[in-house]
Amino acid sequence: MHPPVEAPARSTRVRRFSRGEKWVHRAAAALMGVCVATAACLYIPALAELVGRRELVVRIHEWAGLLLPVPVLAGSVSRAFRKDLGHLNRWGPHDRIWLRAVLRRDHRRASRPAAKFNAGQKTYAAWIAGATLVMLGTGLLMWFTRLTPLMWRSSATFVHDWLALTVGVVLAGHIGMALGDPEARRGLRTGEVSREWAEREHPLWRP
Amino acid sequence: MNSERPEERDAPEPAEPAAPDGRADGSPIGRRVLLGTLGLGALGVVAAPTLQRGLEAFLGGVSGKDPTGLTGLLPNGGGFRYYSVTASVPRKDDTNYRLTVDGMVDRPASYTLADLRALPQTRLVHDVQCVTGWRVPKTPFEGVRLSTLLDAAGVDPSAGAVRFTCFDGAYTESLTLDQARRSDVLVALKMQDKPVGHNHGGPVRLYVAPMYFYKSAKWLSGITVTRAVRPGYWEERGYDVDAWVGRSNGRDDAPTG
Repeated sequence: MHPPVEAPARSTRVRRFSRGEKWVHRAAAALMGVCVATAACLYIPALAELVGRRELVVRIHEWAGLLLPVPVLAGSVSRAFRKDLGHLNRWGPHDRIWLRAVLRRDHRRASRPAAKFNAGQKTYAAWIAGATLVMLGTGLLMWFTRLTPLMWRSSATFVHDWLALTVGVVLAGHIGMALGDPEARRGLRTGEVSREWAEREHPLWRP
Repeated sequence: MNSERPEERDAPEPAEPAAPDGRADGSPIGRRVLLGTLGLGALGVVAAPTLQRGLEAFLGGVSGKDPTGLTGLLPNGGGFRYYSVTASVPRKDDTNYRLTVDGMVDRPASYTLADLRALPQTRLVHDVQCVTGWRVPKTPFEGVRLSTLLDAAGVDPSAGAVRFTCFDGAYTESLTLDQARRSDVLVALKMQDKPVGHNHGGPVRLYVAPMYFYKSAKWLSGITVTRAVRPGYWEERGYDVDAWVGRSNGRDDAPTG
């Protein structure tokens, strides 16, 4: 077999995410959205006055938070998803080069080499996963107050409040980046990206 | 493996360091970042009491000078938070507000706002401490001592507690009779030297200075003397009935009473 390596592939679209992966992202994003929206209604005075119904809002917030890890756990039956988790986990020398370029505010493509995921995406994925678990843990301490000494609830509330603020800022950054890159969004919506985009943004990625 | 691999190896750029089974080469930094975040979270819970005290001192100082009021939105930033357990609360004013006193009393009564204003007023200045953590320093409350209303009604000697109901239609609170007769428990008409606004539970709210702020029921409309304490709204949902600041709900805040 003599596959023509270059010619037909140039202008076509390349597969970036499987159907399962797209749904993992959608479900997680929806649950995170509910958590953020209900949190805002519990926390920001103007919204709290508008919405009231504290007991109901608390229940929705609790359940959305509890379910938040489920899409990722369910997704791990998918091989494509597990493989991408592997990509996100493992850092190569090019990721350090990418991070160094960001720290030096070096915007040249050549100084920001990335495989399927760049170092920023890898950092975000790992941090948001950890932060979600911390939110879940502290949230459970606040929810089931009888399970632990009550002292723990105050401490859990403290961590939950401040981390919520941090997650909000980081999430806004995540969404802002996506808003600035229509092709990346198309990748999550359709599962495919243009080859030009892939070669420009992720030169080391071999789809 | 398959015949295409050698050709891939010939690609000009360095190859994506991933094998087809998804197990990439390189260090598992992602896992370390995740575990590190978890570790920091656990550390945060352990260090929370110390951190919280420091932040409250710092933000309390800053928020006094912050014209935007944004620091008030930060956790531990000072300032009141609005909590309501119902979707909407009717507004009451001079024309339609009534406070009833009934239950195990000799002389049940109904007070208008003007009636309440005509009674001796007491002004107290203490910190307000919410059980969810926020604290507002030195907040003046002014109104009629609850004991004044109880004495006027003539409490049955076999009664032991007081139950409060609110015109939001859902919230309830309760105190033992001894707690209710304390001199720092008010039926408050003013807060921060202004009439209690609707969002703060106006025109009349309860003010229980030495207890967590959920005891200070907003939109107070009924005082019923009962034989024993019946847990209130949040108490049925896990909060302590005897809600002394610093000595209940697992918290160690400085007392406010």
